[in-house]
Amino acid sequence: MKEEVLSDIINVENLVYKKTPLMTDNILSYCPGCGHGTAHRITMEVLEELGVWKDTIGIAPVGCSVLAYEFMNVDMQQAAHGRAPALATGIKRCWPHKVVFTYQGDGDLAAIGTAETIHACNRGENIVIIFVNNGIYGMTGGQMAPTTLPGMKSSTSPYGRDVHIMGNPLKITELVAELPGVRSVTRQAVHTPGNVRKAKRAIRKAFENQLKYKEGLNFVEIVSNCNSGWKMTPVHSNKWMEENMFPYFPLGDIKVDGEIVNK
Amino acid sequence: MAKFKGAIVVDIDRCKGCEVCIGACPHDVIGMSSEVNIKGYKYSYMVNPESCVGCANCAVVCPDGVITVYRKRIEQ
Ligand SMILES: Cc1ncc(C[n+]2csc(CCOP(=O)(O)OP(=O)(O)O)c2C)c(N)n1
Ligand code: SF4
Ligand code: SF4
Repeated sequence: MKEEVLSDIINVENLVYKKTPLMTDNILSYCPGCGHGTAHRITMEVLEELGVWKDTIGIAPVGCSVLAYEFMNVDMQQAAHGRAPALATGIKRCWPHKVVFTYQGDGDLAAIGTAETIHACNRGENIVIIFVNNGIYGMTGGQMAPTTLPGMKSSTSPYGRDVHIMGNPLKITELVAELPGVRSVTRQAVHTPGNVRKAKRAIRKAFENQLKYKEGLNFVEIVSNCNSGWKMTPVHSNKWMEENMFPYFPLGDIKVDGEIVNK
Repeated sequence: MAKFKGAIVVDIDRCKGCEVCIGACPHDVIGMSSEVNIKGYKYSYMVNPESCVGCANCAVVCPDGVITVYRKRIEQ
């Protein structure tokens, strides 16, 4: 294609996709290819499309996404490790008109924060939890997480997770789905265009539920990669995730409108 | 039949060279540079610009949100 034709296409009136202004211009602190960036961006796109970003408060976790407040251009508070659902509870109860969400990794949500997660879910706090499950503690150097797969190597299970000694991976998403306080539960991924679009619809539904029903917790898991922790290239890690993570953590809706749809 | 021509603009110095966009493109438009950017990463660019239809698949999966997509209807 000739240069002048290209410049004819690259023109504001032909714009079809551009990073949302709800993502700041700060360079993401995530490793190349890490799903955290995509999960951030689609969450912000949803808040932009729903027009609620000025009335939203997000809670950042401890983990690689500890700096989420540097990247998400909405009001944010950073919580102590695992305590995001407790902080979100306080904020939502003080300001019920605010849209409140937490953004947490699997070490944060399913290890140190298990009590906060389960009790916020059981109380049916009217918040959205976005749970990025990459099967490892990314930030601290790839230690075993509750979600690390059987046989999977990590820096603290160098010979692979032995379920007889270390227990089985915790399917906390299926666990919270059983609680009556939880309105919707879904598991998504963000490594392909189709998955990103589906995950975005799921996140949108979760926020719509918060706005519409004013009670009940909406829970979105995103199965993601940690190519650094897994010691793979980004593209290979996504393939490995499809082959190994998805059979254990199958994608799809688990609970819709208070009813379990998929066990 | 209406046809679409597309084009992407990569924010070169923000690209981390992860190559996730390459496989997401259904028309093999994207490749990696031989040079590196300010951070030392190879960056993505249109190796086959004439094949781009502006579907935005690459931009949708780019973890760093560095791709802007344009699409123009070309009458035939
Ligand atoms: C109270 C406390 N205990 C332990 C740590 C160390 N620490 C920081 S991040 C982290 C794990 C984070 O893993 P995960 O939630 O899976 O997030 P990821 O980094 O993989 O996105 C741990 C144990 C801490 N910061 N605070
Ligand atoms: S260490 Fe893992 S989770 Fe953390 S930014 Fe890198 S790839 Fe993402
Ligand atoms: S997906 Fe984004 S960061 Fe990765 S190579 Fe493509 S443009 Fe660069």
